[in-house]
Amino acid sequence: MTATAGSGPIPVDPPRATNTGHLHGRPFPAAARVALGDSQLRRNIGKATHTIRDKRAIVVDELADWRELRAAGAAIKDATMARLDTYLEQLEEQVTAAGGVVHWAADADEANRIVIDLCRRAEATDVVKVKSMATQEIRLNEALADAGISAWETDLAELIVQLGHDMPSHILVPAIHRNRAEIREIFNREMGKVGRPAPSGLSDEPAALAEAARVHLRQRFLSTDVAISGANFAVAETGTVMVVESEGNGRMCLTLPRTLITVMGIEKLIPTWRDLEVFLQLLPRSSTGERMNPYTTMWTGVTEGDGPQEFHLVLLDNGRTAALADPEGRAALRCIRCSACLNVCPVYERTGGHAYGSIYPGPIGAVLSPLLTGVEDNTSLPFASSLCGACYDVCPVAIDIPSMLVHLRTKVAALPEKARTPERQLMRALAWVMSSPSRWTRSIRSMGLGRFLARNGRFSSMPPPISGWTATRDLPAPPEQSFRDWWAARAPEDGAS
Amino acid sequence: MTDPSSSRERVLARVRSAKATMTEPPIARDYRTAGDHDGADGESLIEVFIDRLIDYRAQVTRVADDDVAGAVSDILGREGARSLVVTLGYPDRWRPMGLDPVVDGLGQDGATLLSTTELDGIDAVVTTCAVAVAETGTIVLDGGPGQGRRAITLLPDLHIVVVRTEQVVPRVPDALPLLNPRRPLTWISGPSATSDIELNRVEGVHGPRRLRAIIVD
Amino acid sequence: MRVALFATCLVDAMAPPVAKATVTVLGRLGCTVEFPLSQTCCGQMHTNTGYADMAAPMVKNHLETFEPYEYVVTPSGSCAASIRHQHPWITRDYLDPELVDRVEALGNRTYELSEFIVNVLGVTDVGAVYPHRVTYHPACHGTRTLGLGELPLKLLHEVRGLELVELPEAAGCCGFGGTFAIKNADVSSAMLADKVHHILTTGAEACTAVDASCLLHIGGGLSRNRTGVDTIHLAEILASTETDPTVTAANGGQP
Repeated sequence: MTATAGSGPIPVDPPRATNTGHLHGRPFPAAARVALGDSQLRRNIGKATHTIRDKRAIVVDELADWRELRAAGAAIKDATMARLDTYLEQLEEQVTAAGGVVHWAADADEANRIVIDLCRRAEATDVVKVKSMATQEIRLNEALADAGISAWETDLAELIVQLGHDMPSHILVPAIHRNRAEIREIFNREMGKVGRPAPSGLSDEPAALAEAARVHLRQRFLSTDVAISGANFAVAETGTVMVVESEGNGRMCLTLPRTLITVMGIEKLIPTWRDLEVFLQLLPRSSTGERMNPYTTMWTGVTEGDGPQEFHLVLLDNGRTAALADPEGRAALRCIRCSACLNVCPVYERTGGHAYGSIYPGPIGAVLSPLLTGVEDNTSLPFASSLCGACYDVCPVAIDIPSMLVHLRTKVAALPEKARTPERQLMRALAWVMSSPSRWTRSIRSMGLGRFLARNGRFSSMPPPISGWTATRDLPAPPEQSFRDWWAARAPEDGAS
Repeated sequence: MTDPSSSRERVLARVRSAKATMTEPPIARDYRTAGDHDGADGESLIEVFIDRLIDYRAQVTRVADDDVAGAVSDILGREGARSLVVTLGYPDRWRPMGLDPVVDGLGQDGATLLSTTELDGIDAVVTTCAVAVAETGTIVLDGGPGQGRRAITLLPDLHIVVVRTEQVVPRVPDALPLLNPRRPLTWISGPSATSDIELNRVEGVHGPRRLRAIIVD
Repeated sequence: MRVALFATCLVDAMAPPVAKATVTVLGRLGCTVEFPLSQTCCGQMHTNTGYADMAAPMVKNHLETFEPYEYVVTPSGSCAASIRHQHPWITRDYLDPELVDRVEALGNRTYELSEFIVNVLGVTDVGAVYPHRVTYHPACHGTRTLGLGELPLKLLHEVRGLELVELPEAAGCCGFGGTFAIKNADVSSAMLADKVHHILTTGAEACTAVDASCLLHIGGGLSRNRTGVDTIHLAEILASTETDPTVTAANGGQP
């Protein structure tokens, strides 16, 4: 069935994410060049992505009905989008009935203002945070700091990033670009500046580093009154919100503080409790390559005598409705942030996440970031892919990222500032030749003359833009005779029988 | 709340406008749903459950009902735990011998709500559970009798959980209908773990670093 | 069986031996091959660079050229994928929605070479002889978008004398990606460097694939690094026989 538009004012052009968000950076090719020059980074990322992709493949193969789960996951998300207004209102009603308070944020600035306001009302100078992409997207930590509130990341990888004054480079494992030796160095140098120092004689064994994080954060968990989280899913039917995690830092934040503030993108919704049976199977296997992540916390509003007694749910748009309005792009809102596409991407594997300039890197970032900001603010990301399709293969909700990239490229090429580029002129000239059999035939015949400029049957250096190719690759000289000329010249009984 | 200039109304209006071009697809649930068990019988189910628990580094003991108290005592002794918390509704017959637990809860038998600092000073917690999932090695707590509020299974470093075999269901789709979403739920699959350092899995970060399951026939 | 050959613009202009080999193999299998001279290009480079509007006239020309044929065979997984999966929406958005059904129908009877031989003709042994050590790169669009899977390997396994060596990390993209190789030349080169490295570890004389474009890229890297390893299109291996062997630089001849 086709959904119909509701009443009320209909904005023609939904606003995109505001510039305060962490969704774009400098052009990808330049940023990628820097990353490619960092051999330590490439070893770290290469090793980590290979490890996780193998783990994922094993646990996905365990499920005989993976294909059906994947199709159901995609359909549930699409069905949610088709009635998102109804489900959002239902969620609000259910959360409110269970003692929670729902807030609506049209963009990053508004979400940050809401959270700061809630922290001030709770008289909080410090908050503990569960790893959350939405709060990274809106740069909440920076906004809180400007308001005099310290936000402490508690996920191990986020802690490594925060202590290292660094940026996340992966959706699931934000410190994937750091190896154990670097992490030890960061802990030794930084922990003491902000709290309990790293134990003396800290080794670079992952177990010892995890123990150092436990000790460093323990008192923080026990004494902080306000926690901020994201959400993996929210169930409209029941008002239940959930966070999946591994370390227990999530449980700490979601259980011990007096006040819990959850910032959630409006696309995180699923209609029914039953729908979790699909996503609780798709997410952990795609994400950490486990049958189930160690901890999942689900809560509905507030529960007397158990957990936070004040719960605020901030529903974030920040460009999501703009993505929803794009028929070719809206499937990106199915994304459950598993990061399987990053782990198999040959581009991500070599550049890491920082090159993308957005908190959402890798293949999904290359589509999601421009969808949220508008392509005009992210013109290079749609081209940061060889369109190999490995991402689509592993996506648990079947987002056809390569096709979406092509559509976004079309939007970039159509931007007013791209109207007169040399690329467009070259493409137009080629299209003019290639749309006509006679022009094409004449053109490749004259191309054959180029062979006299080649050395040993190949070109090793060419002028721009082909120089991008010949910097590292030879280009064979054109043949003496094109296939069509050979075909036209041969005797009719030749070859074909 | 119905001010048309509010963000709520603006966001909803944008959604409605976008929705006009969308079609709601049918949802084919032809994956294995609840009750679709591939002929797994009771015993093989428990075997899978145990296998998956062990795979994620939870230690498992399987005993008869009469031997639960002894099994709890053994684990406490082996792990060197000298203090224990239980909650209201934890069966008296399953209480360990020789170590008197602190009871967390409100109202009865002189039980009180412990502060987080007090809970943090306790070595071990033993609880029951609401349901368990064989295929994923998952134990779900819903705060019911014997399980208590979430903090008591979070702060002590050793969590012993007693699972009755009839509580084990084959797969995730079998577990959800047995749970009440309005209760706070904690799904536990093995001890606390992280893969944040070079994607090497390390057991034990902030949550209980040791998970011990006692399976009762 | 009457079959139209879509050579692809790249093969037509830059790699005629691939199209000749395709004609030879199909002829040996009893097909009457025709090469409609009005063909040009599937438009994929334009489409994938953001100029689907400019690709539209090529899509239209392609439809007009090939619509009369019952089967269209092309020695390119990538172009076959574009014809099957991109031509319909290009037609819808930039040509005429009324034409979409015809474009889809043409896509459904357009086959990549190995797909045609194995799935349509039902043949895996094409009578080829190629006594060389070869490794196979499963080019992305053929493998993933078309779902060729093991089809090319089935054909290679039956080639007499051919020693097939497994390529490590075979599924990894070589970094070609059309204009990606130029727009993101650094990343593309890094991908190619790894692909070249993996090919060299196999000790193969040549690397084969179902796409001349990927082979042009891989071959460019192999040549630049003076590895002595050659590239050879699957069609050229399948066309090779004892009496009429396919000759490349690497196996001792002059291409």
